[in-house]
Amino acid sequence: MLFTLIFYFFSLLVIGSGLMVVFSRNPVHAVLWLILAFLSAAGLFVIQGAEFIAMLLIIVYVGAVAVLFLFVVMMLDVDFATLKAGMARYIPLGLLIGAVFVMILGIELSEWNSSGIAPDLRQAIEPDNVQNTEALGNVIYTEYVFLFQIAGLILLVAMIGAIVLTHRKREGVKKQDVVSQMYRDSAKSVSLEDVPSGKGLS
Amino acid sequence: MIGLEHYLVVAAVLFVTGLFGIFLNRKNVIIILMSIELILLAVNINLVSFSVHLQDLVGQVFAMFVLTVAAAEAAIGLAILVCFFRNRKSISVDDVSLLKG
Repeated sequence: MLFTLIFYFFSLLVIGSGLMVVFSRNPVHAVLWLILAFLSAAGLFVIQGAEFIAMLLIIVYVGAVAVLFLFVVMMLDVDFATLKAGMARYIPLGLLIGAVFVMILGIELSEWNSSGIAPDLRQAIEPDNVQNTEALGNVIYTEYVFLFQIAGLILLVAMIGAIVLTHRKREGVKKQDVVSQMYRDSAKSVSLEDVPSGKGLS
Repeated sequence: MIGLEHYLVVAAVLFVTGLFGIFLNRKNVIIILMSIELILLAVNINLVSFSVHLQDLVGQVFAMFVLTVAAAEAAIGLAILVCFFRNRKSISVDDVSLLKG
């Protein structure tokens, strides 16, 4: 009974905040609703018993992705009112496509059936009396270690790509030039002047 | 009792919400990226639900990779957005016609 209540609480929260992401006028509010959607999805994962994915969702999405969105929204000086101007025009098309997808998914959902051989096709059966995080760790670092490495590589490529894309050389900014500092010697930087008495240097 | 179907319905509604968001905010790239995040979240809910239902951990491993790719995609997308905004002073999708495609 309690689980049912918690499930409906979180699922209504995730759907409601998802709708608010789409409909809110202010992009900053949209990002905050997105954070709420991720948090309630993490709640759904916790009551399903997938704690590790839930915590990952909070750390990665709320801690990194949503904050990244928030940074970009606040950094760019965009007039969001003009971007919203033509919104009403697209509502009929959006509703049509949404209705089509709801119908397709509804048919799938009412007709789908689990195959009889599905239990035999399982690759990594969840062991009893082992916690979710430990069980996942046992699988990720042994059977799926190459996929894990590839995930790291994807993140590396994304990081380098983001830096290369947003890096720019700006004029008129004083920066340290290490090479020229290292090649500097006394012959180029120090000169001896013979100062005549009573005249000084011009 | 809450079963697999309940979670599938939530994921389906979230998926359609994200899809609707892409069509509704056709001009604002930031909201489109957020809608894509919502769609990927719906996919994750599906993967984890089936994983728990079948007691097979592979679904959760896959959800982790979806999470990784979503994070990378958001970073690259926002970097392209910042780059584009510097050049054109706008983030409207209608202005992305430099290649005249």
